[in-house]
Amino acid sequence: MVLQIEEDVNRFKRIIKGKIKENLRKYISHGEMIGKKGKELVSIPVPQIDLPRFRYGDPEQSGVASGEGEEGDPIGDGDEQGSKKAGNMPGTHVREVELSLDELADILGEELELPRIEPRGKKEIVTEKSRYSSIRKTGPESLRHFKRTYREALKRQVTANEYSKHNPIIIPIKEDKRYRSWKKDYKPQSNAAVIYMMDVSGSMGDAQKEIVRIETFWIDTWLKKNYKGLQTRYVIHDAAAAEVDSETFFSTRESGGTVISSAYELCAKIIEQDYPLDEWNIYPFHFSDGDNWSMEDNARAFELLQDKIFPASNIFCYGQVESIYGSGKFINDLHEQFPDNDVLVTSMIADKEGIVDSIKTFLGKGV
Amino acid sequence: MILTGELAKAKSEIEEYARDYKLDFFPMIFEILKSDEINELAAKGGFPIRYPHWRFGMEFEQLNKGYTYGLQKIYEMVINTDPCYAYLMDANNIVDQKLVMAHVYGHCDFFKNNYWFSKTNRKMMDEMANHATRIRRYIDLFGYDIVEDFIDRCLSLENLIDYHAPFIKRKSGTPEAAKKIKKLKSKKYMEQFINPPEFIEEQQKSMQEDKDGMPAFPLSPEKDVLQFLIDYGPLEQWQRDILSIISEESYYFAPQGMTKIMNEGWASFWHSTIMTNHVLSDADVIDYADHHSGTVHMSPGQINPYKIGIELFRDIEERWNKGRFGKEYEECDSYSEKQNWDKKLDIGRDKIFEVRKIYNDVTFIDTFLTQEFCQKNNLFTYRYNERTKKYEISSRDFQAIKQQLLFSITNAGQPRIQVVNANYENRGELLLQHITDRFGLDVNYAYRTLENLFFMWKRPVHVQTLSEENIILMSFDGNKHKSQTLGKA
Repeated sequence: MVLQIEEDVNRFKRIIKGKIKENLRKYISHGEMIGKKGKELVSIPVPQIDLPRFRYGDPEQSGVASGEGEEGDPIGDGDEQGSKKAGNMPGTHVREVELSLDELADILGEELELPRIEPRGKKEIVTEKSRYSSIRKTGPESLRHFKRTYREALKRQVTANEYSKHNPIIIPIKEDKRYRSWKKDYKPQSNAAVIYMMDVSGSMGDAQKEIVRIETFWIDTWLKKNYKGLQTRYVIHDAAAAEVDSETFFSTRESGGTVISSAYELCAKIIEQDYPLDEWNIYPFHFSDGDNWSMEDNARAFELLQDKIFPASNIFCYGQVESIYGSGKFINDLHEQFPDNDVLVTSMIADKEGIVDSIKTFLGKGV
Repeated sequence: MILTGELAKAKSEIEEYARDYKLDFFPMIFEILKSDEINELAAKGGFPIRYPHWRFGMEFEQLNKGYTYGLQKIYEMVINTDPCYAYLMDANNIVDQKLVMAHVYGHCDFFKNNYWFSKTNRKMMDEMANHATRIRRYIDLFGYDIVEDFIDRCLSLENLIDYHAPFIKRKSGTPEAAKKIKKLKSKKYMEQFINPPEFIEEQQKSMQEDKDGMPAFPLSPEKDVLQFLIDYGPLEQWQRDILSIISEESYYFAPQGMTKIMNEGWASFWHSTIMTNHVLSDADVIDYADHHSGTVHMSPGQINPYKIGIELFRDIEERWNKGRFGKEYEECDSYSEKQNWDKKLDIGRDKIFEVRKIYNDVTFIDTFLTQEFCQKNNLFTYRYNERTKKYEISSRDFQAIKQQLLFSITNAGQPRIQVVNANYENRGELLLQHITDRFGLDVNYAYRTLENLFFMWKRPVHVQTLSEENIILMSFDGNKHKSQTLGKA
């Protein structure tokens, strides 16, 4: 039996993702199944579309069941799966599984109406790959296609009436021989490097870092979806900059002043060393509260941007999170310095709600 | 894949036993399927060819996830057709397969003999495939989205059928013809004094006036709302056709909703009888017991139709074997006498066969649920406590349990709704009435459903129901919803 349900499943998934049939959106409910994976409880989301019907207001409020107990005894505990109201029991950890990051990225892309990413520049970088996908009549014996060869021989013998089913001997001659042949696949290579820079000076609080963390995660997911070989580098800076791993990047809390140029300097160095421009699409992201140490340093930072980073980057994103301490001047300075720059994209992120818009600003430009 | 080897042998063996027990079934066709195939079939209600619709995909996703994560699996599926198709899952062990076969013979006997199934189309495989073809044709003509949207609306009204409609023979002829002039009863010789010519004339006149004014329409409330819409709704021909397809399929599945407890109880009764008396080898017992107890297991706070059903059938068999019924038994006051009551009638088997023939869940529970049974099976009613946010046992009283149970299965658990006036306010508006004495409708769902109803009727629609203590009228006029209180219940 062939599965025919695919059509319906795809249709359902597209409705859930909000691609089609907007009118059903209000009926989507997010049920779950509780599964076990080792010791962990795993919540398996089961989205459902609940078409409206006439039904009783609250039939679930009462019913018949069986078991021990006096009148007035609670029975809720035995029924974890059924009653959603019970919620998570303390001490158990329910993890959400399911949506793969690719699917997430798809949803994100559709939700934010992000454009597909164009590979950099005019000279597309292509890789060549050979695949044995066709057949030809000449070739080395080592590539002879046994089955095809015999099939040809059989065909010939049958048409020539040389074949007898009582004595089914098939002898290929030279014309019957078939050989595997390869085709060259040209694949545009899309390599991308992302350099995340974050200001971790005293004025960046946990709330600000949380915002940066979430935003970076989504940007990362989206870019990974679009680039096969995505490399990410993390740079933190206060008065001095350092390259760190992702864990440190998200958890460090430093104190001290802010010298933005230090980060840009390191960024420029990373690009220069590791990512030759003709092979890489480069996306530097910089998050800060916009409170730089001095005007002189601003000048130095702009110089680095102008001379080294902008020419190398597909796009340079500067996100400024709002902080009660910072002056938040840097974003304005950037605008003044580079009024009509195509590579520079800036965004103000006031709070968590602002993240979506900010991602849209950053990636919506087509990166 | 059809049965081979050991399974084919098991089938003929079990079929033999089933016949010996006088089970009477359609020819059985078993097929072995993989989990995703069986999930697909289950998602489509057991039929390989259905019209395309996302909800089958949704069901499939759910079943497949449940199976993948090891939370649930389908052991068996059996379709009410002639010949009767049943599907087995290839991953099950042989004891499970045998149990399922025995179980399926029970179901098939039930399908064939229970009165409530007597009007179902036994060639439904073909019919469903025809429906699919028709709907695909409409999709080609009008477009996927348009047709699917319309199906969504139909499905929203799918439960508004009259479960008893297939069994009611309507009198033919027009309603007007049935209307006679109202005469007062009289002896023949008094006729001209009691019903003088002037009186008759007057009656005729008033009847004529009635006719000139709009007569009520429908004349009496119509429980089959779907059929009413098919007959009188201002629909396009293709829409009417799709609505009738949905209605037909809804009616086909209706008896299964009406006999859930009996059907599962009956099948479990027979798998247990056949397996334990004949089929099981010593090596199989543990596997069998494991599966059987899983099937009839009642977790606290839930009711399992398999369990209630099988226990009730066993109880009935025992009671009729021992003569524990009738006036004499009912009126016996002595507990010990009742405990030892045994008239050795041995008519239990006949009785349960009779029960499976003419009862449905409602009459089954109403007739055979006894106080002793509730006590033996530890039944209780429960209620949600707003204060503690927990479900609590509210009563172990027999009447309360019976009432609650009956409520939950009456009309297959759906609210009973009928068309009372299709010319409401003399403006061609549609008035539905929810027949209830306890619970009202879910307000949000009702409003959304009214929108779909409006789409069918194209004039304002109303439904009268309860809210708390009040009778309310919920309306939708194409733009906005409205709710007004009509009075105290």
